[in-house]
Amino acid sequence: MSSFLRRQSWVVGLFGLLIVLFILTKVIQPGYGSGDFGSLARAVLPYAFAVAAQTVVVIAGGIDLSVASLMALTSVIAASMMNGASEEYALFVVPFVLVVGLLVGALNGLLIVVTRVPDIVVTLATLFILQGAALMVLEAPGGAAAEWLKASIVGTIGIPGIPESITAWIPKALVVLLVCLGLVWIPLKRSALGLSIYAIGSSELAAFRSGVSVARTRIAAYAVGGLFGAMGGLSLTMSTGIGAPIPGPYLLASVAAVVLGGVTLGGGKGGLVGPIVAVFILRLMRTDLTLLAIDPNVTSIVEGTVMVAVVMLGAFLAMRERRP
Amino acid sequence: MSSVTSTTQPVSLGRRIKRFMSDQPLVPLVILLIALVAVLQILRPGIVNERWLANTIKFSIPLALLAGSQTMTMLTGGIDLSVSTVATMAAFIMASQAAAHGAPVAVMLALLPALLIGVANGIGAGVLRVHPLIMTLGTGLIGAGCLQVYQRTVIATGTRIPDLFTWLGTGVTFGIPNALALFIPVAALILFIQKRTGFGRLLYAVGDNEKAARLSGAHYWQVILALYVFSSLLAGVAGLLYVGLIRAPSSLSLAEPLLLPSVAAAVVGGTSIFGGRGGYTGTIVGALILTVLTTLLTILQMPEGARRVLFGAIILLVTAVYLRITEDR
Repeated sequence: MSSFLRRQSWVVGLFGLLIVLFILTKVIQPGYGSGDFGSLARAVLPYAFAVAAQTVVVIAGGIDLSVASLMALTSVIAASMMNGASEEYALFVVPFVLVVGLLVGALNGLLIVVTRVPDIVVTLATLFILQGAALMVLEAPGGAAAEWLKASIVGTIGIPGIPESITAWIPKALVVLLVCLGLVWIPLKRSALGLSIYAIGSSELAAFRSGVSVARTRIAAYAVGGLFGAMGGLSLTMSTGIGAPIPGPYLLASVAAVVLGGVTLGGGKGGLVGPIVAVFILRLMRTDLTLLAIDPNVTSIVEGTVMVAVVMLGAFLAMRERRP
Repeated sequence: MSSVTSTTQPVSLGRRIKRFMSDQPLVPLVILLIALVAVLQILRPGIVNERWLANTIKFSIPLALLAGSQTMTMLTGGIDLSVSTVATMAAFIMASQAAAHGAPVAVMLALLPALLIGVANGIGAGVLRVHPLIMTLGTGLIGAGCLQVYQRTVIATGTRIPDLFTWLGTGVTFGIPNALALFIPVAALILFIQKRTGFGRLLYAVGDNEKAARLSGAHYWQVILALYVFSSLLAGVAGLLYVGLIRAPSSLSLAEPLLLPSVAAAVVGGTSIFGGRGGYTGTIVGALILTVLTTLLTILQMPEGARRVLFGAIILLVTAVYLRITEDR
């Protein structure tokens, strides 16, 4: 147990910070209840998927600047396909959009492997391409979403046998998030592919020499990232009911939460739990600052300062560890 | 050795061209630039004239200055994503203080946040070894927030761009843009630093092999600190010039659209994002290529979406081809 705690010390620390923040929120606003928690979970949803997409790619030793643009593209595709269509048609739209995300991600990986141009440059180029594609699908915010999709992230889940006072704290959005992430991440992490992703992020040469197909693994990592990105895009359409072709602030947020979550840029280290907790921390902090009636512009200063301070602290701790 | 083999063994023309280009990495870039201008002239005969040339240069210069920050930091394997915020801050502060305190004081005040952000970036990246991408992203975010708070306090005073910067930004004398009066000395300074000073050599050394550079006596953190301060001040100057060109002094996202193109200009110009390779001459040509490309895509009258798709595709294509040409030795 203690060795587990030591290995996961960063994630445990994050959980501690999140709990402190929740207590703080309750102190600031004694009326903070399950409904507010539900809207927090809904607000976190697109950020969390963006962060998940970034995490997989960063663990594999890359970086994906196109994640926000991919979300915009998949969001407008979903919204324009569902516009005026029947409720059942959405059952086809959702898997279609997920496949689009997977393919676009794989294309990112393929371009990196084939052209041998650095990740950051390729995804910078695809950022423009996907942004343009989104504008070609839908020039202005519009489209629609199926009612059952919109309803699937609103409200709470009722489980028979558990009192209402507890289930009120389990918003559907949180369940959707955990199920979607878990369905992809847990099998992935236990598979050979998951191990290969960590391996190429840790040391490409060593992975290559132990028989890992670096090119195929890299493409797979970007494909999984694309899949998470498409989920993010869908969640945007689900929560707003429309699709917007202009990418939201998800790129910066995803990189920030990945680093806060204990995944080192450069790859090979970290998991998905840390970054997801980090997203909740960042969003909750924003809520607290709003509750305190602080100027929303100051909020971005505080956010940036916290991000820089935490990363500096992490770098400082890592430095002390290296020379005992 | 290679000269001996090349005289005894006839080398095919294709290989000779390739070798020449890999020795002179600037040549294929200039060829591309000329080709783009030629395409422009074919599509819209008569567009390439004195006025067009002056305009292209005017719009390339702020981009080239910001791309200078990227080139310098990329040489050490870093990147500076706070440049757009720094440029916007400098422009806004200058414009809002110029009315009350006059241009010289306003410029000094405007470059103060650039200095502070540069020092913060340098300490973060050099001393505490935070990844420059994260560090500059964070300081950029903080800067943007500070600017919005600052904007509230001066909303009543109004903004004014000093005549000097309007003259520099938009003015043309005898067909030559006045902005060159600022750009040529600055570019010469950057090239001088890169090619002729010990500091410039240290940048390449640190980017090429940090450990080796340190073992041969380079003080890593001092190099990085000086680098990021310089990069930030350069971005501040670029912002002052850009506001003279765009004349939107109260915009809080003035230079934001230039951030990603500034990275692209440095990359297209042949600077390696992993450090140790590249230079500012290529970046200047890269900035010109991007500006001409934007004009080209604009006059094709394509929808905005298709334009962005093409822009991204061309950046990727150029970088990939360029990498093939220059790396194959």
